[in-house]
Amino acid sequence: MGAGAGADLQLEHRGGRVMAVTREALSVDLASESVRSLNQRLHEATAPQQVRVLNPSGKHSIAVGLDGAHEVEIDGHVGYYCAGMNQHAAVRIAGNCGVGVAENMMSGMVVVDGSASQSAGATARGGLLVIHGDASARCGISLKGAEIVVRGSVGHMSAFMAQKGCLLVCGDAGEALGDSLYEARLYVRGLVAGLGADCVEKEMDDIHMTAVHELLARAEITDIHPSEFRRYGSARRLYNFHVDNLGSY
Amino acid sequence: MCGIAGLYLKSATLQTELGEYLSKMLEQLSFRGPDSAGVAFYRDPAPAGAVKVSLHSADPQQDWDAIGTELEVEFGELSGPNVRATHATFVVGADGAEVQSWLAEHHPELRLMSAGTTIEIFKEAGPPASFIERFALSEIAGTHALGHTRMATESRVTTQHSHPFSTGLDLCLVHNGSLSNHNRLRRRLQRDGIQFQTDNDSEVAAGYLMWRMQDGASLEQALEGCLSDLDGFYTFAVGTADGFAVLRDPIACKPAVMAENDDWVAMASEYRAISVLPGAQDAEMWEPEPGRIYSWSTAAVA
Repeated sequence: MGAGAGADLQLEHRGGRVMAVTREALSVDLASESVRSLNQRLHEATAPQQVRVLNPSGKHSIAVGLDGAHEVEIDGHVGYYCAGMNQHAAVRIAGNCGVGVAENMMSGMVVVDGSASQSAGATARGGLLVIHGDASARCGISLKGAEIVVRGSVGHMSAFMAQKGCLLVCGDAGEALGDSLYEARLYVRGLVAGLGADCVEKEMDDIHMTAVHELLARAEITDIHPSEFRRYGSARRLYNFHVDNLGSY
Repeated sequence: MCGIAGLYLKSATLQTELGEYLSKMLEQLSFRGPDSAGVAFYRDPAPAGAVKVSLHSADPQQDWDAIGTELEVEFGELSGPNVRATHATFVVGADGAEVQSWLAEHHPELRLMSAGTTIEIFKEAGPPASFIERFALSEIAGTHALGHTRMATESRVTTQHSHPFSTGLDLCLVHNGSLSNHNRLRRRLQRDGIQFQTDNDSEVAAGYLMWRMQDGASLEQALEGCLSDLDGFYTFAVGTADGFAVLRDPIACKPAVMAENDDWVAMASEYRAISVLPGAQDAEMWEPEPGRIYSWSTAAVA
């Protein structure tokens, strides 16, 4: 791959948000190159790469399994599982996503300029997923430690069985939010259509205000105040919660 | 897993491209449904008092001209046969039910795939790519069309098991998903005179819509009934004389995406099927909400 490694970074404002671009970013056009080839290049790279992906055209599995501090910008709408299993890389999608964006992410950051289909951030263990549009059903299902910020609203059964991590929703949440929730933290600014089994509203203390403030800042959302959010969590009546294990939750 | 595509052309100048566009959409969906493919095109209205029928024959040597002659003697045939692979369309001076009962009596070996003023259904077992080529889909013009690629999960792979299923005059259904209560519901509908050609679950959904609408329900009311009477997973697209409608079940496990610009309205199982349309990248796009009916018609988009 060669090009891009060690290139000097330039910060540019686009759509009100800062995005990292580089003069020497490598362009990969998926109209002429396969997704497998793109992913393989990134898997085999020994140094962090800057890549701009053109013509994604809804293709599946773009930029999956990255394991390095790469910066990938995708110009358009993507299909399923984009940036799945991500480790360390920063992936920005200038468009909408199909099912399972950043599913099973381990670390790094995935930013979606548009909206995401269902199961965004499913089972993700670490890193930050920011969706500037809406996310549909089952956003953050079985979340295991990652943080998810949705600028718009989320669909039904979001954070279903979420174990650890955080889902912050600036808009509304659909039916059965946090059903069978474990220890993930949920913050919703708008209306919640309904809480799932064992999910209850909890007090917003200073510690939570600070956490929301920091998360919004990392998601580059500056026009919303933490006090506008309500907090939801597990009532701990459904699963075998034991206070002695608190340190491991 | 199956693939669904729906396309309505708002711009009359694009109507000659309908078949080309739908072919490209089906190609993108072929990996979701490699077992069979089918389409419903809405085009070339039959004159008042006449019906357009689409017939299928399993016999590759089928003498469609002879069928045309018989139809002319019986009903005063107006045009046809327009032969397309294993199918042929005719415009006949009769109504759909008359043609259906005549076929049952004189040509039980032929299947009536669709009847109406503008609808033409073609479907066949086999890979979508060969279906597209064999039926020369890319040359078909029209106002709107639905397509389906099937991955069979619960019944056989035959022409009759393929989608779309006719649900009445100018109406048809394509389905992605699986229904759990179709056997009981089929028996219920059969008692009320709804006929089925297969043991397929999707055909029961089509029969259900037909049953409700024969009873006076509007398409919207019939689709609303699906939410309470059908048990299972579904994304439906229903073709109508002047548009199409979309419904997802309340759990919404089966995907769907919709997009619209000044020239067209499209729905598909995945965006990649919409991405082949001109201007797709900048079209307004959204995921249809569970349990909500979306419909387009000439009146609504004019």
